[in-house]
Amino acid sequence: MSTAEALLRVEDLRVEFFTEDGVVHAVDGISYEVDRGRTLGIVGESGSGKTVSSLTTLGLTRSQGARVSGRILFEGRDLVALSEAELRAIRGNDIAMIFQDPLSSLHPFFKVGVQLIEALRVHRDISKAQARARAVELLELVGIPDPASRVDAYPHEFSGGMRQRAMIAMALSNEPKLLIADEPTTALDVTVQAQILALLERLQRELGMAIVMITHDLGVVAEMADDIAVMYAGRIVERASAANLFDGPEHPYTWGLLKSIPALGRSREEDLVPIPGMPPSLIQRPSGCHFHPRCPYAQPSHAQIDPQLDPVADRPGHHVACLLEVDTRRRLWAQLRAGQLPEQALAAVGVPPEQEPV
Amino acid sequence: MTRYIIRRLLWGVVLLIIVVALLFVMFRVLPTADPAKLRAGRLQSPKIIAEIRHTYGLDKSLAAQFWLYLKNLILHFDLGFSFYSGAPVKELIFNRLPPTLSLVMGGAIVWVVTGVGVGIVSARRAGSRLDRASMGSALVLVSAPEYWLGLIILYVFASDIGQVRIFPGAGSYAGLTSEPVKWFESLILPWLVVAAGTAAIYARLIRGSLIETMGEDYIRTARAKGLSERRVVLRHGLRSAINPIVTILGLDIGVLLGSSVLVETVFNIPGIGRLNYTAITHADFPIVEGTVLVAALFIIVANIIVDIAYAFLDPRVRYS
Repeated sequence: MSTAEALLRVEDLRVEFFTEDGVVHAVDGISYEVDRGRTLGIVGESGSGKTVSSLTTLGLTRSQGARVSGRILFEGRDLVALSEAELRAIRGNDIAMIFQDPLSSLHPFFKVGVQLIEALRVHRDISKAQARARAVELLELVGIPDPASRVDAYPHEFSGGMRQRAMIAMALSNEPKLLIADEPTTALDVTVQAQILALLERLQRELGMAIVMITHDLGVVAEMADDIAVMYAGRIVERASAANLFDGPEHPYTWGLLKSIPALGRSREEDLVPIPGMPPSLIQRPSGCHFHPRCPYAQPSHAQIDPQLDPVADRPGHHVACLLEVDTRRRLWAQLRAGQLPEQALAAVGVPPEQEPV
Repeated sequence: MTRYIIRRLLWGVVLLIIVVALLFVMFRVLPTADPAKLRAGRLQSPKIIAEIRHTYGLDKSLAAQFWLYLKNLILHFDLGFSFYSGAPVKELIFNRLPPTLSLVMGGAIVWVVTGVGVGIVSARRAGSRLDRASMGSALVLVSAPEYWLGLIILYVFASDIGQVRIFPGAGSYAGLTSEPVKWFESLILPWLVVAAGTAAIYARLIRGSLIETMGEDYIRTARAKGLSERRVVLRHGLRSAINPIVTILGLDIGVLLGSSVLVETVFNIPGIGRLNYTAITHADFPIVEGTVLVAALFIIVANIIVDIAYAFLDPRVRYS
């Protein structure tokens, strides 16, 4: 990650919502960077803050009464400090977003073409006829057959994959420099998922845009991302290049994510290991390391000490927030990778039990 | 779609015939009163009554009477003659239609504009003092009976008996074509009264449905496009939120056209409602029968229009 010319640089971003039940710490001091033309994957369970952080990038959490602090530098301008009107000029223009469910994300009462034309004309001074011609081009670009007649169809007349293609066409209408894709394939059939990912990759090559890919599916980011940030309870717990992350994951939560998805390369005898428990409440967060209640390797002291996102000694660009010793972590992962269950790995590595703190 | 409309229209006709049959039973078969005796008025003698019976075909069998009634109705829209004045009911109703239409259509404009306007503002500021104040007044207006509200508003604003004499009061109605300015002025207070309760209902409806709509994913998409909040609300939000309003608007207009009797009586507007009211006090059954039939016609037509409008409003609904 280079610092000087990063397209998007998020610094210590915090997003809080005030509700009747208390303050929701949806995003709790995260930092990351995305360079031009690169792809960052943000991975985590539902409620880990990944969607809120990207909606905040577009200023879309403001209307929900969120309190935002930190900086979101896009081409050097701090989006957090911009006025609503200044942000609007960027939304859908320099930064575009696509969402999880393309059916509910398209307005059911407007034709696809009308929605595309609107996206074009809000940022460009072009005639309706020009915008319509461009809409047809865009539909063709995203691989919708017979775009000249499909432009007059309603969203419900499209299949799921076609709807997501239409959403992508809409997002691309002003050739954004950054595309935020929030679970773009989750609501789609597996075969269609692959098509959409391939489409995004092709468009990224052709248009040179950067992508922030938000997903709970490590398989999706494995295919597309250059860098990966793993989020848990509103924080980034591990950040690395995709190669490093899949080669040597350092955080027990990342291990859990990797072991809980099926992979073609793995033996069918090997069981999937789910991560025990539920994602924590973002109002009453666990003390110390937020992951400790679900971590099989947690020590008593981990309930007190809050780990920082620190660089991993011998791996440049790899950061992790874990209180385990680096040697212990590597030996644990070696066991897990060999197919051992967490308890077996723990026994084999022999993490010395700590004394209960007095 | 065409097939659907035709089927819907045919159903409307069937429904109307059922209404006609019910009215026939209510006014001619059930022993409410002997129409011939009512028609005879004060000059009752067996000979006159028998003559009347013969003239109006009341001495024929019920089936023959119904057939004759239906035939005249369908071929000539013949609703018979008033017992009281002897004038044809059809003509009486047609003469009274313009004031009622003026009252209801003007009122509908007032209640849609204020209801939707207040609803949008309330939805965008849900929970604020303004929202609570307008929803509170809406509740009061919904609960206020029209005749009460009408009398109060006359007492406050009417130019003859009011405390602040700014608008013409009861009995000032003038025709639209003859005296347009007077027509407008005389209808201001009735429009407000007719619109009050319905506007309140619409405001609450729009508020609820807009709040719900603004939470939809496609609203987030609209914002992500970089649209102004105004455009997001008025184009993307309202386009969905307005649907329930359109659905009930047709019905409300249809129902009110047939039941504007209270407001017309309070403001002394010579419309169908008052025609009906006077007819009831005179036991002038042909007029009552005619106005009820016309009211039913309004409601059935309104229903059909609503059903067809719905298919145009929501492209996902396509009847086949």
